[in-house]
Amino acid sequence: MICFALFSWYPMVREIVLSFQQNNFVDPGKWVGFENFRTVFADPAFWAAWLNTAAFSGLALVIGYAVPFVLAVVLNELKHAKAYLRFVVYLPVMLPPAVAVLLFKWFYDPGSGLFNQALGVVHIPPLSWLDSTSTALISLVIVSTWMNLGTGTLIYLAALQSIPGDLYESAELDGAGLLKRVRHVTIPQTKLILLVMLLLQIVATMQVFIEPYLLTGGGPENATVTVAYLMYQYAFNFGDFGGGSALGLMLMVVLLVFSTIYLRVSREEAER
Amino acid sequence: MTTTRRGLSLLLVMGLGLVAASCGTADKKQAGDSAGGQVTITVGCEPPKSNPKEREAWEADVATFQKAHPNITVQGKDAFPCINPDTFQAKLAGGTQEDLFYVYYTDVRKIIEKKQAADISQYVGTVGAVKDLRPDVMGVFKANDNTDKTYGLPRNNYNMGLVYNRKLFTQAGLDPANPPKTWDDVRAAAKKIAALGPGYVGFGEYSAGNTGGWHFAAELYARGGSMVSNDGKTAAFNSDAGKAVLENLKRMRWDDNSMGSKQLLQWADLMRMMGGGKLGMMIGAPDVVQSVNNDFKGKFDDYGVTAVPESGGQSSLSGGDGYMFNPKASPEKIKAGLQWLEFHELTPGKGQFDYARAKAQGRPVGLPIPDLYGESAPGQQINALRKQYATVPVDNFTPYVEAQGKITNKLEPPKAQELYAVLDVAMSAVLTRKDADVGKLLADAESKANKILAKNT
Repeated sequence: MICFALFSWYPMVREIVLSFQQNNFVDPGKWVGFENFRTVFADPAFWAAWLNTAAFSGLALVIGYAVPFVLAVVLNELKHAKAYLRFVVYLPVMLPPAVAVLLFKWFYDPGSGLFNQALGVVHIPPLSWLDSTSTALISLVIVSTWMNLGTGTLIYLAALQSIPGDLYESAELDGAGLLKRVRHVTIPQTKLILLVMLLLQIVATMQVFIEPYLLTGGGPENATVTVAYLMYQYAFNFGDFGGGSALGLMLMVVLLVFSTIYLRVSREEAER
Repeated sequence: MTTTRRGLSLLLVMGLGLVAASCGTADKKQAGDSAGGQVTITVGCEPPKSNPKEREAWEADVATFQKAHPNITVQGKDAFPCINPDTFQAKLAGGTQEDLFYVYYTDVRKIIEKKQAADISQYVGTVGAVKDLRPDVMGVFKANDNTDKTYGLPRNNYNMGLVYNRKLFTQAGLDPANPPKTWDDVRAAAKKIAALGPGYVGFGEYSAGNTGGWHFAAELYARGGSMVSNDGKTAAFNSDAGKAVLENLKRMRWDDNSMGSKQLLQWADLMRMMGGGKLGMMIGAPDVVQSVNNDFKGKFDDYGVTAVPESGGQSSLSGGDGYMFNPKASPEKIKAGLQWLEFHELTPGKGQFDYARAKAQGRPVGLPIPDLYGESAPGQQINALRKQYATVPVDNFTPYVEAQGKITNKLEPPKAQELYAVLDVAMSAVLTRKDADVGKLLADAESKANKILAKNT
């Protein structure tokens, strides 16, 4: 509990304090009320950061939410090579995030990158990937999805395997094919875990930082600047911890809403 | 339930207690402070063990210094790179900042404004070399409030130029002894280098992580422009010079196709491309060649540096690094620290200027930097030693050196990082979008910059 208080509560409380202070870490902090919030509100990148964060989360839900579930269903249905394929799916999780992100930097290279070379094989002209305002954000979502695919798939797989086999057998006896079994057995039986994962994914993706930090530096034209990245800019590049903490507090409040819903849902699941 | 609540209350009290403790004003006496005339100083940027020759030289210098000053103990703190912006504030907050901490010019103004460095004005007079230092270099470490207070001393100084790959120039049929003097020359040379084949980039430019805005400032100064008005309160880059910077890049990127297709480059990207031998030119100072040689597999002989095109009679963005003092350092530590800096960073023939030793160790000698003294006596002495012990092809830097007399060093603008972040947008736009409207980009950036400059933080 002491460790929890020191490493989890203390930074959180400290962040709240800092967001209302001007602090140079030498003199005692000076209370400035909502000045830090006004500063970040007036920042030209503020709304871009929130819109990009929301868009990133939205795109991550469209792409990153469905893919692990589908993969889990497929893996669950397989009769052979299950263990091997589970390992293959989980492999990206084992790579340090920085390595995975830099690997994609090479994949996205507009000249010699793997993706454009693959497109060339089917006579599709090369894409700008990270260098275009229309594709940069979605390119980051693809990296993020790839990195987190394994964890999501394994959680779904565990949930699928807890579904009583006789339900599937009854469905099969009634003549249900794969899609019908998924619709009438799998989805209703995993409803709560699907909801929990949805909320967890929203909380995780809204904190996206490493992808814009390493791949795009927030560009082009602020197209990939996110709230967490802007927070980093304030704290470490502008030396304004007050502004960074104010942004952090705003993000925390938003995430708190989703976390509260998550807690309620997971409590329901536990009581089920 | 009651137990849970009591437990939570206890945790909350502990959390608040920790916060209160962190907000305390008690100024703890630092370990290693003077006792019986003895003083210990911690100094940042000791060369890391992975750089054995420089480390050996540092340790020899510490031994020599301590022999001459038996009451002072120098404790080096090694790190690579010497400063990491991520840890600077944390070290200050945690009380682990060195007594003499290492800084880039870019951060000096911010540190002074935030009162995160000690005022050394009353002690700095003991350093004899200070009177010979270039006034513009000393200006970097002074407050911008007409009080003439001093907060640090320099270790390195240069201004921006044009770094080019001599080997690629030769391959492309260009004369490496006659580098570009105008931006038209740069365009023509870049086209020839890009024509060498896939992967070759004629001219590389940054546009992300605030580095785009930084290079915009460098190119703007060299065209005679300014980032901010004289009083520093409004943006001044939305000018003919500012437009010329962006228009020129846009033409090279889209009309000439000589800047490669990969953009959003940051600091290490261009270094890597230079070291890999595929990049023809970039804006940078002689320290770029040093970095490319030491850390990115390039060879000294392959690179040359000249002035930024058309910068004669104009200004060039100055850069460099130095040391500032922990705001909690005692007067004894500050005095001892100044003695160390005078010995190690500012004395011709000693410390960083011990070129005889550097040559004996097989380290590069001959770069025209640091330029701390200009034409004053110590400057001439350092240049003579540099020439005497040169191990790198000094002729490769001749165009840069010759241009220095016609170029004024100019400091970075106030709120530099914030302005650079704003200008990253304009730089990334012209390099990634063919239809980018330069006038609108600069007008938008100007309006955003004015808000930042008006902000009183």
